[in-house]
Amino acid sequence: MISKQEVEYVAHLARLEIDDAQKDKFTSQLNDILLYIDKLNELDTTGVEPMSHAIAVTNAFREDRIVDSLGTEKSLANAPDGRGEFFRVPKVIE
Amino acid sequence: MELNQLTIHELQEKIKNGQTSATQVIESVFNRIDVVEERVHSYIRLMKDEALAAAKKADEDIKKGDIKPLTGIPVALKDIVCTKSITTTCGSHILHNFVPPYDATVVEKLRDAGAVFVGKANMDEFAMGSSTETSCFGVTRNPWDLTRIPGGSSGGSATAVAADECIASIGSDTGGSIRQPAALCGVVGLKPTYGRVSRFGLIAFASSLDQIGPFTKDVEDCAIMMNVLAGYDPRESTSVQTEVPDYRQFVGKGIAGWKIGIPKEYFIEGIDPEVAAAIKKAIAVIEKCGGQCVDISLPHTEYCLAVYYIIAPAEASSNLARYDGVKYGYRTSEARDLLDMYKKTRTQGFGTEVKRRIMIGTYALSSGYYDAYYKKASQVRALIKHDFAEALKKCDVILTPTTPTPAFKIGEKTDNPLQMYLSDLFTISSNLAGIPGISVPCGFTAAGLPVGMQFLAGHFEEGKLIQIASAYEKNANIEKRRPQL
Amino acid sequence: MEFETVIGLEVHAQLLTNTKIFCNCSTKFGGAPNSHACPVCLGMPGVLPVLNKKVVEFAMKMSLATNCIINKSCSFARKNYFYPDLPKGYQISQYAYPLSEHGYVFLEVDGAQKKIGITRIHMEEDAGKLMHDEHNPVSYVDLNRAGVPLIEIVSEPDMRSPEEAADYLKRLHEILVYLEICDGNMEEGSFRCDANVSIRPVGQKEFGTRSELKNMNSFRNVQRALEYEVKRQQYIVENGGNIVQETRLWDDAQGVTNSMRSKEEAHDYRYFPDPDLVPIIVDDAWIEAIRKELPELPLAKRERFVKDYQIPAYDAGVLTADKALSNYYEEVVRLCRSPKAASNWVMGDVLRFLNEEKRDIRNCPITAASLAEMISLIEDGTISGKMAKDIVEKMYKTGSAPKAIIAEKGMVQITDEGELLKTISAIMAANPNQLGDYRGGKDKLFGFFVGQVMKATQGKANPQIVNELLKKMLAG
Repeated sequence: MISKQEVEYVAHLARLEIDDAQKDKFTSQLNDILLYIDKLNELDTTGVEPMSHAIAVTNAFREDRIVDSLGTEKSLANAPDGRGEFFRVPKVIE
Repeated sequence: MELNQLTIHELQEKIKNGQTSATQVIESVFNRIDVVEERVHSYIRLMKDEALAAAKKADEDIKKGDIKPLTGIPVALKDIVCTKSITTTCGSHILHNFVPPYDATVVEKLRDAGAVFVGKANMDEFAMGSSTETSCFGVTRNPWDLTRIPGGSSGGSATAVAADECIASIGSDTGGSIRQPAALCGVVGLKPTYGRVSRFGLIAFASSLDQIGPFTKDVEDCAIMMNVLAGYDPRESTSVQTEVPDYRQFVGKGIAGWKIGIPKEYFIEGIDPEVAAAIKKAIAVIEKCGGQCVDISLPHTEYCLAVYYIIAPAEASSNLARYDGVKYGYRTSEARDLLDMYKKTRTQGFGTEVKRRIMIGTYALSSGYYDAYYKKASQVRALIKHDFAEALKKCDVILTPTTPTPAFKIGEKTDNPLQMYLSDLFTISSNLAGIPGISVPCGFTAAGLPVGMQFLAGHFEEGKLIQIASAYEKNANIEKRRPQL
Repeated sequence: MEFETVIGLEVHAQLLTNTKIFCNCSTKFGGAPNSHACPVCLGMPGVLPVLNKKVVEFAMKMSLATNCIINKSCSFARKNYFYPDLPKGYQISQYAYPLSEHGYVFLEVDGAQKKIGITRIHMEEDAGKLMHDEHNPVSYVDLNRAGVPLIEIVSEPDMRSPEEAADYLKRLHEILVYLEICDGNMEEGSFRCDANVSIRPVGQKEFGTRSELKNMNSFRNVQRALEYEVKRQQYIVENGGNIVQETRLWDDAQGVTNSMRSKEEAHDYRYFPDPDLVPIIVDDAWIEAIRKELPELPLAKRERFVKDYQIPAYDAGVLTADKALSNYYEEVVRLCRSPKAASNWVMGDVLRFLNEEKRDIRNCPITAASLAEMISLIEDGTISGKMAKDIVEKMYKTGSAPKAIIAEKGMVQITDEGELLKTISAIMAANPNQLGDYRGGKDKLFGFFVGQVMKATQGKANPQIVNELLKKMLAG
């Protein structure tokens, strides 16, 4: 079971805010889903190689050849706070 | 028949013969949109100016005799594929103003093939949903019953074809997002083998499951679209370098002597009786065509949904970390510091379902839970893939219902995520295994809602899917109906 | 109580590829901010990474050069965390399946060879750069560096002193530079080092609690930071305190390490296999092809110099520490065929001039050919060693060839006995007292006469001939 504290921790990891009103509902919904997922523990998977790709492709490479970049202007075209040649962000609080 | 109601191959014929022009076709599509779009809401954004210009260019090409596979054919694009200089939102507020400086590979291919883009189709936010209700641009309605959902996440792409607001469309399918809405809207939808169609420029939901595919009005059109879409792309590491056949050659070929696998795990209680009846009738048609049904088993079927609801959210939680208000898209206007900016931007920018899945995925990958969730799910995924490999030794294709029920009411499942997830029960397994699947219309319920049948085949066997779907379509004599709008 | 220091290093080296690890943007340092950027390295939606093959090959070179075993299969994982210099919200790195493992390098410690284990070498992408505004609460992001290829070289906790750590770091540095896969520039950050350091009572088997040191951008600072940290930890333990596991930043100006408190929030990177990238399979044929491309490495070159050139191990070490320097030296030897003299001149005057101006051997005004020519002129007696000292300085200042300088200044050595005899006679005549004393047994005055001859000839007299002639003449 996931606790409300864990929901808070996970929300922080994911950089989300969940207000108190939502927290209970979210916690109970997540628990429903996790309970359903627990089904997997019925299966013994000892020795089964985990599968991370649907198709077995290997060694997909690119040659080390420069292609024109976007350039500063286009790189910043979508920036919510582009300043000069930079993306600007609120200061990192150390 | 209006031009916008025709198929690609019918229009190609008319265009070639000079009976119509690309401009007339696109005008007929936009006339239809003017009439029905307000009620159906297939599109997030229409591209009328671009479309008219493209049609004009197509007509010039036609005059020169330069006719490509999709010259002058109006195609809708799910708003999950990036279009250069055209806002691409993925149905999310967090990307409401994002203008990609690049085209998705499929967009390039379609354009090179002469297609005319009608607009960007509505979808569940970040393709997370089965009903097209989570888009921040409003719900899309099922043209067969406007009080019902069209399925999702590619709901807008499905309704645009079903309501004749385009001739064909592009969707993406992570757990059924092409096949389920195709079934619920009464059109043909194909999810290709993982690696068959380039994902470059497809905004990622779950990278190991996502695949782009077409919605069309019939199976032959599906083959025509696949001829354009399929192929290796060096810009995608998981793209597969295998030969692409001419899919059109499979249209109209019979299936005499084929073995059709009927997996017992997909014919369970809880399937809507009208869906079950329609599938039963369809099986009879398949047998009449010379197909021989064999019982098969996919023993890990009951675990598919659980595996999916770990792997997809886990990958999504990481794929969606880039939406942080720094480089593009929405940023909150009320941040105290960086952490606050991240949290407010993401909390305000994402909808509830997206946040729910990010939470599940983050939890499943977090310290101490990785082995119990992600690793376990990846192992069971291997077992599921193995199930299909074994089953497909005994048959040519597998037949199942596409969905357990016909389209449900808008709002019916929005508060019960698990119930919503269950509508993908029959489509998820093929994404996990990476195999292709097609949904073809196989009749209507008494209330007039479409029912879909799904065929699954081995990796890169889209040809077989087209062959059997085409054989079924030809012999089923399904009443030709159009939604009354 | 006596303590033992335990140090392990994590080294990040930027690879000298033309393009970034997962896209076609240039890796060049110093472009306009955010100019070397594309949808892939900006983390735009829907775009995908494709691995630069050169990165794998460079990482394989380093693996082979440090005796690592290259895994038959390796793959990339995502390291998830939010930071403005990380455009995708995750760093693509290698986690469970690194490129190579179980390597080692040798250090010379107290005259013996000591093996330092290398745990693993893996490939990953660099992050962008963050600049903080000094006046406003904002920061600026430049993503030119985002996606530049890195290899991380993780050592075993095998080092027992800050000096060993610095030594190990120099070994890695010189190998990377020899392989021409990293420019090794610590100031620009293309060669970076984090250190894990702990202490334990001598004899104890378990490791002590370690701190992780960051922000040391020179060999010297690595050593200083470690020395400080060891003292700090000893002080705490000796006063009954406990070491806290934490990350500490080196403050160069103050000469201390400071805790990075805010970063102590538990790291939960949620690593998982990157679904957008596929496994890399390395077969024996590929490994052998890369092995063939390996240049002679510093250790082998050092041994060859000692053996072939008959120079001391110390000299060989200095000359091979920099590949360009070793090439310079070998070129001088090839032209003048006097390895020992070449070694003395290179290690002595040439390196001194360069060090004084912090200049690189690649920009040395004295070409190898000029230095070789000068050495030959000494050997054939055209100039004296003393004259050479002046000439070499002029060569450095002007970049001229020695013969040109000699001709210009009339510095050719006087070997003509007749001329020298005349000079000596004049000096004897001018210094009757000294002559008398010498002949009376004051042998020490011989030096006086040599000096007088040299003074009279402005140092051009051939010393050997002067010696011989003086002995004869003074004897009377």
